[in-house]
This record gives sequence, C-alpha cells and structure tokens, in this order.
Amino acid sequence: MKYVSEFQDRNAVQYLAASIRERVAGKDLTIMEVCGTHTMAIARSGLRELLPDQLTLISGPGCPVCVTDVSYIDRAIALSRMHGTVIATFGDLMRVPGSDSTLEKERANGADIRIVTSAMDALFMAGQKAGQRVIFLGIGFETTIPTVGVVIQSAKSRHIRNFYVLSSHKIMPPAMKALCEGDVRIDGFLCPGHVSTITGPAIYDDIVKQYGKGCVVTGFEPTDILSGILMLSKQILAKTPAVENQYKRAVLPDGNPRAKEVMDEVFESCDTPWRGLGTIPASGLKIRDAYASWDASVQIAVPVKESREPHGCRCGDVLTGRIQPEACPLFGNPCTPDYPAGACMVSSEGTCAAHYKYGFHRK
Amino acid sequence: MKNDIIQLSHGAGGRQTQRLVSRIFAAAFENPCLDVLNDASVLPWEQDRLVMTTDTYVVTPLFFPGGDIGRLAVCGTVNDLAVMGAMPVYISTGFILEEGFAIADLEKIASSMRQAADEAGAVIVTGDTKVVPKHKGDGVFINTAGIGRLVSEQTISAEQIRPGDAVILTGSVGNHGLAVISARGEFGLKGPLRSDVAPLSGMVQDLLRAGIRIHAMRDATRGGVATVLNELAETAGVSITVNESAVPLSEAVHSACTILGFDPLYVANEGLLVIVLPAGETENALQILRGHKYGSEAVHAGEVHQEANHCVYLKTAIGSRRMLNMRSGEQLPRIC
Repeated sequence: MKYVSEFQDRNAVQYLAASIRERVAGKDLTIMEVCGTHTMAIARSGLRELLPDQLTLISGPGCPVCVTDVSYIDRAIALSRMHGTVIATFGDLMRVPGSDSTLEKERANGADIRIVTSAMDALFMAGQKAGQRVIFLGIGFETTIPTVGVVIQSAKSRHIRNFYVLSSHKIMPPAMKALCEGDVRIDGFLCPGHVSTITGPAIYDDIVKQYGKGCVVTGFEPTDILSGILMLSKQILAKTPAVENQYKRAVLPDGNPRAKEVMDEVFESCDTPWRGLGTIPASGLKIRDAYASWDASVQIAVPVKESREPHGCRCGDVLTGRIQPEACPLFGNPCTPDYPAGACMVSSEGTCAAHYKYGFHRK
Repeated sequence: MKNDIIQLSHGAGGRQTQRLVSRIFAAAFENPCLDVLNDASVLPWEQDRLVMTTDTYVVTPLFFPGGDIGRLAVCGTVNDLAVMGAMPVYISTGFILEEGFAIADLEKIASSMRQAADEAGAVIVTGDTKVVPKHKGDGVFINTAGIGRLVSEQTISAEQIRPGDAVILTGSVGNHGLAVISARGEFGLKGPLRSDVAPLSGMVQDLLRAGIRIHAMRDATRGGVATVLNELAETAGVSITVNESAVPLSEAVHSACTILGFDPLYVANEGLLVIVLPAGETENALQILRGHKYGSEAVHAGEVHQEANHCVYLKTAIGSRRMLNMRSGEQLPRIC
C-alpha cells in the first residue's frame, strides 16, 4: 500500500533494530509509549523481539477507552435505557464493563445502540430520527476532539436539536506530567503521533523543561517506531532531553491550526477523572456554555448509582506503567477479550488486549 | 406474482404456499429428484457411508458484491462437505421469510442457489418455507443441509497433522467479510471489494483424484484463517508458523483493514481453504489448485512444527515473529 509499505521495509527495520541494539548495549533504558496505537503497532509487528532486553517499553495512558472512568460508562448505560434514546458510539466502548453492565449487553436487552466511526455519522442519524434523541459518546484525545467540535458546530448551524454529546474528552500533557511526578521510572516518552498532528510538538516542551524527560513524536509504522526509539535512546544516553519530531510527514511545527481553533471554540478546560491516575486538574475538555444545548450532561438528567471498579482489576496500574498486564491477578483468568473485567482488555488499543492477543503470556 | 411480496398466507400451507413453491422454488431447483408433492424425497445411494452437514445462513445485506445469501447458503454447505473429502450430491433447504419480502428478490436468491448447486454438481431435493410477521425476521434466513459422497478413503482430520507438514492457503484473505461490511454502507467504504463465496468441491475433488495426500482441510469462514489455524494447532498438538509475506492479500482488503483496524487474517472468507499436507505434496497440490479458477492465488503459506506451546505464529514481513492467537469477540472499528 502506497505511503505505508515504504515504512515497513524489512531491511530498514533490521538496520534500525541493529542500531538500537548496538547503542543501548549494557545499559538499562525505560521508554513509555504513551499512545495505545503505538502499543498495538509494536505488538502487531513483533518489534519487541528485535529490541534488546535491557530496553523496557512500558505502555502509557494513551488509550482513550482504557482511561475512561467507570462512572462515564455507567452514565452512558443509564442514558441508553431512557425511552426514545439512540446511543451512537465508537466500537471500542461497546464491551467496556460498567459497574453492572456493558453497552453490548444493553443492546442485547433492546437498547438502541449504534456503532459509528465518526461523530458526523451520529449527527446524520439525528437528522433522520426526528422524535428520538441521538447521544454521541464523546471520548478521545486531541486527535478526535476537533472532529467532535465541528459536529457540534454543525448541529448548531443546522438547528439540529435532538443531537447531544456526552463529553469525556481528555488532553495528553497533564497525564504525562502526572506520570513524571509518580513513582514509575520513565526515561523518555514516545509521544503520540496522531495527537501531535493536531497540537504540534510544542505541547511536550514542559515535560522536557520541568522533568528533564526526552520526548520524540513518533509515527506508527515499524520504521517510524524504531526511528523514534533510536532518537530517544540517543537523547537519554547523552542526557540531552529535547522535543524531537520523527513523524515529520504528518506532524507540522504548528500542528493543525484550524483544528485547534475549533477545539478552543467549542470546548474549555476542566478537571477530569482518569482511570488509574485519579482526577487530574485541567486535563479534560467540557463543552462551553455557548454550545450547552448539545451537551448531554447538561440537558439530560439521569440517575446513576455510585460506580465501582471491578474487584481485583489493576487496569489503573497497567495504565500508569506500574505493572505489566501479566502481573494483574485477573489477566487471562478470568479477564480475557471475551470476558473482559477491565477496559484495558477491551479496546483494540488496550495494553492488556495487546499482550493477550499477541500472546506475550504464552511465551 | 413477480412484483408481489411475501404475505403470511404464503407460509400457511394452503394454496398460496403451493403456488409459491411451484412458481419460485420448483422452477428454480427443477431436477428429477425434487419432489414437491410429497413430504420427503426418496433418493438413490450406492455407498456404505455418506457425509452429512447442515448450516444456517443469516447475512445483512442479502445481496453483496460477489454473491447473495442464496449462493452463500449452498456454497457454505458444499464446502463443509468438500473439506471432509466428499462431493456434494443432495442438498435440502429451509426458508424463513419475513412478511413483506419481495418475491422478485426471492426468485433471484433461488436462482443463485441453483447456479451454485449446478456448479458443485449437487441437486436441491427437498425444502420448506415458513413466513414470520413483519419485523420478526431479516428478510430471509436460509438453512441448508447437504449429503456428500466420499471420493477418497483418506482420513482428512486435524489429528493427521504432523510436524514438517506444509500449510497452503487457496486464495487471498478477507474478501468476503470486507465485501459484506462495505455493502452495508456503514463505514463509507468503497472500492473493488468482492466476496469470494464459491463452491470449492470441484477443486478439492481435483486434488483428491490426483492422489494428493491431505492431512487436514478447513474452509476459513467466520474467524478467518487465524482462527482455523489455531483450532488445527490445538487439536493436533502442534505449532504452526505462517509467513506473512506469503499470505495473499488484495490491495483493497489491505487498505480497508488498515482503515478499520482489522486484521485480515481474522476476517471471514467463503471461498478459501486452509490445507495442511505433507511437505512433499506441496508443489503438486499448488499446481492443481492454481489451475482452478478458485485456486489461482494458492500459496504455500506456512509450516507445522513441534513446540511445547501449541501456538500459531506469524513470521512478519519485517523479520520478527509474533503470536497469531485465537480471535475473541467481534472485531470492532477502533476510535482512532
């Protein structure tokens, strides 16, 4: 496939992997790949096998489904049970366990829950379903937020009044800072390429300045990831932390100014809970008052019981890099992608799902 | 009748039912063994043993690029017989129709079934029709059962698999699943995505008649190639390594899977076999398969070996190795 296969070249991969092995020989390095798509890409391409054992890759909190708080799922489930309501959601959320149920189970019980691949599909649905309300489950990071913003603007300009967004959007840098202040060793970050296409690499400047951790914005194909690791290893070993951009073919210095404008116009900063990290100040985005008519949390009151995490689930420790999935007592038994106890086993970007699917536990 | 729709009375067993059966089904399936006047058909049989299977078909949409539910319902049963080393001979079919379903569409479906059965050398000998009220069905559900005649004395079964065996894939992966998803229009996918649904009994028969020894054979339907390989590895107590570079994959399926976050090795096929056979038979088998229209893309894609873990591995195109595990749940389009 053009513009993809070039970055999967076997010789380039082998060369980069050898360069990394040579450079880190005899030294211990711990690198966090922040983004869930990186976690999956690494597992899927079998890159760990090519990397030296002393180089530890830990997965970060960059899987939007995984860091979504149980209380959000519970609210979505409660909304789905309301008469005349259609829930539109990204597929990954369907099987995430709430306190007592999942959206998938609610759908089986008759709730009208539709999988969409963009918020725009949900808005179209609202246009076709006069008399019913369509609630889009808005989760995700900077990558997804501008598209949801545009859809909310579009709902306003087209006077669509039966469309709502239940927003639990989050931004990346505050979570990375929270990790830097935690007790987990992280020598540097492979920074999320998709988020950075919107924001530009400057959002990581503070991580370098305040915490002295290197940040390399990295793409998702095997050669991208290995180049990113090589760049970061050089920084760490030379003790010259900096923000570097490996993913120049997609990430511009200013990111995507139009997308940032939309984000600012529709959303404002708020404190928000992260699974595993607790509530982080100014790490979330809520819908501004000017667009409150489309904000499900403002417009639709629904009683939700107090939420509880699944007993024994250590998703939080996995998301913060404290443990590898195999160390969770539920991993593989009973928690599997078929019967997930925690969100990290559900999402296609979840760390536990990656470890289970690609069989790290069976080696 | 052709502009008509199915009504509950078509399933009531009276004159309307008779009319539907004779005008649509008897006309499409016409053959000397089909007996629409009696409750069952009496059929000639010469062997000691027969092979029998049944399957039920539900698919949305009913018509998709490359086929429809009728072709699927015959091919699925034909292929289940074929992978046991049997040639399909007789097929039965049961229809559950939803009130309001267009009779013209039913006629198209029946005609596809006839065509697929003809291609497989089988005849549809008996059937049944029921009608359910509007909104209680999804247009049409079809059940078929098939009876097949063994063409070889070989035991084709996962237990026969031995370390050193070769794994053949007879076609490119993921075509059916992606064609159906694109036909649903849910994800705005366009492009040359076409189901591979096909009766493979002729191709299998060619292999067996040529004396090719086959240890195990499966059609890689739901769950795709990866799921079949895992089932084989587990049953046989062996490990299997698949060479990613060798797996045939169309540009369209590759692109669509990349966009949706699907792994094509887990996507359904309806005209693809996984064949495990002694390594020495590989070249001859490939030559025969490639001479067949449904096997033109056949490749030697992997090897069986002995390891403590009974796992399936993928040797990736970039030179690493990873596990190709059993799939869990349905593949869901990802968020970003």
